[in-house]
Amino acid sequence: MTSIDTRAAVTVGAATGSRRAKRGYVPERRRSLLLTVLLWLLVLYFVLPLWWLLVSATKDNAALFSTFGLWFGGDFSLLENLQTLFTIRDGIFARWLLNTVLYSVASAAGATLLATMAGYAFAKYDFPGSKALFSVTLGAIMIPLTALALPTYLLFSQAGLTDTPWAIIIPSLVTPFGVYLMRVYAADAIPNDLIEAARVDGAGEFRIFWQVGLRLLGPGLVTVFLFSLVATWNNYFLPLIMLNTSELYPITVGLAQIQAAASAGGGSQALFSTVTTGSFVAVLPLIIAFLFLQRYWQSGLATGSVKG
Amino acid sequence: MSHSPALTAERLSATPPPTHRTSTSRRKQNLAAYLFILPFFVVFIAMLIVPLVYSGYLSLFESKLIGGDVFAGLTNYVRALQDSAFLASLGRMGLFFIIQVPIMLGLALFLALALDSRRARGSKGVRLLVFMPYAVPAVVATLMWGYLYGSDFGPIAQIARAVGFGTPDFLSPANILGSMMNIVTWEFVGYNMIIMYAALRSIPGELYEAAEIDGAGQFRIAWSVKIPAIRPAILLTVIFSIIGTFQLFAEPSLLNVIAPDAITNSFTPNYYAYNLAFINQELNYAAAIAFLLGVFIAIVSYIVQLSTQQRERRERGTA
Repeated sequence: MTSIDTRAAVTVGAATGSRRAKRGYVPERRRSLLLTVLLWLLVLYFVLPLWWLLVSATKDNAALFSTFGLWFGGDFSLLENLQTLFTIRDGIFARWLLNTVLYSVASAAGATLLATMAGYAFAKYDFPGSKALFSVTLGAIMIPLTALALPTYLLFSQAGLTDTPWAIIIPSLVTPFGVYLMRVYAADAIPNDLIEAARVDGAGEFRIFWQVGLRLLGPGLVTVFLFSLVATWNNYFLPLIMLNTSELYPITVGLAQIQAAASAGGGSQALFSTVTTGSFVAVLPLIIAFLFLQRYWQSGLATGSVKG
Repeated sequence: MSHSPALTAERLSATPPPTHRTSTSRRKQNLAAYLFILPFFVVFIAMLIVPLVYSGYLSLFESKLIGGDVFAGLTNYVRALQDSAFLASLGRMGLFFIIQVPIMLGLALFLALALDSRRARGSKGVRLLVFMPYAVPAVVATLMWGYLYGSDFGPIAQIARAVGFGTPDFLSPANILGSMMNIVTWEFVGYNMIIMYAALRSIPGELYEAAEIDGAGQFRIAWSVKIPAIRPAILLTVIFSIIGTFQLFAEPSLLNVIAPDAITNSFTPNYYAYNLAFINQELNYAAAIAFLLGVFIAIVSYIVQLSTQQRERRERGTA
């Protein structure tokens, strides 16, 4: 329909490797002091709120409201805060954290598997109806998921599945964007000759997928996995409407609940330091995951966005 | 729903393996392909298509005290299109989209180009630190900014008072939309930056190295080579921003706790649909609102894509 795809397709092959290395001409790069200063000032905007969160997690409730927000003050109460956090309401916070991990890992693993199989089939097989089905998948990227939350809730409640982990995991298994990304990625990460050679050797189609395909899809897999992990980890709307039992809450709904309690009850102000410490604990795992896996997701995203 | 030219990878560089084998192996391969896509499409139909159709079905009924659900035709839609609360929420998000999205994407594009030019020190650190808020749940981001905005003990108010600006009220009805724009910008600049940056890194160097040798400045190269080359990626971020803006939910619902006067129950369309369904128990009307919202988002996305296409065609015509 447009030429963007062909234009972008030029360098996809290079997207998996180090692209800059292939460029013959490397000009003298002049560093610009002005640009460096400007960029790092911008970084402050993105980092200061998180810095505030870190600092606040070390303050008790009184210091939270009486000392300067961006620097340490009062007693160093991180350990007390953590202790309170993990003991309020019989340690329900740990439960929420575990729920979040369970829901998001299960959803991400399932979503990645489904998206990878479908994306691989779209990239490597020319079967009747593939074009139409792929177009439908792409169109679905436009469907706002929250428009579906209400009918999904009603359907789940008729099936007796609301207020169970399935109500969070099953809807999160669909990632049309993941299918799209995996199709683009598989198209050039897996050489057709390799598939042909495996066929000549007598390998079945599924063995080829498991033993040849998956091995070459590493960065693509990590990318789809991480981004579906974040989507479920950060989801608030779906668990809010699906779950009633607080033992089943993920951390987002749980934190919102303590925050509401903290704001409502004037006497229970001690909860504010629990909210900030809880928020701090909630963001750590994902930040660490992104830092450690950056090599993979950045190259995986590169391929996807080129074709985007 | 197949109208997504920007995303249609029609001309993939890799072609499927040649098909010169016997028809039995051909059939076996087709069968394998169908089995590969089957699990995805089972969930796809159950979790996307069925709810979509069900939502449309529900929206055609009305719940009466006597007689239960009765068919009401388009009554709910007529009501929605005359519902000033719903229309105001759409307008509010339209304003949000016009102001916040250009700021967010402009900032993301500037950062991506700056990092790609490699003229700044510590580019890698900048990239990761700017991206970090993406890993923060919207709930936590809103809680955090809620404290930062606080007029008594928030650090912004502390600094403003210290330098004599008085106490800014970020949570007043007049300022809350701007405060929310700031939260969303903080959350998503990094994500959009990474998409644009990844696309920039994939531009073949020859495209602009010649221009560099000819002495063209960085701004010139960015404007006439790099930005046109990553237009598909930019379009992708615009589409994602449209969807994200009109679906805002966590931000208004958490700000409502600390600023109940400023956040009405119909502040965003999605928050309104939630309140209608779960607080007012008006399920059928809420379904109509959700359905209309979906249609509205699809139309806006389509218009944006269409206008980019036309622009490209015009430019190619003159070139």
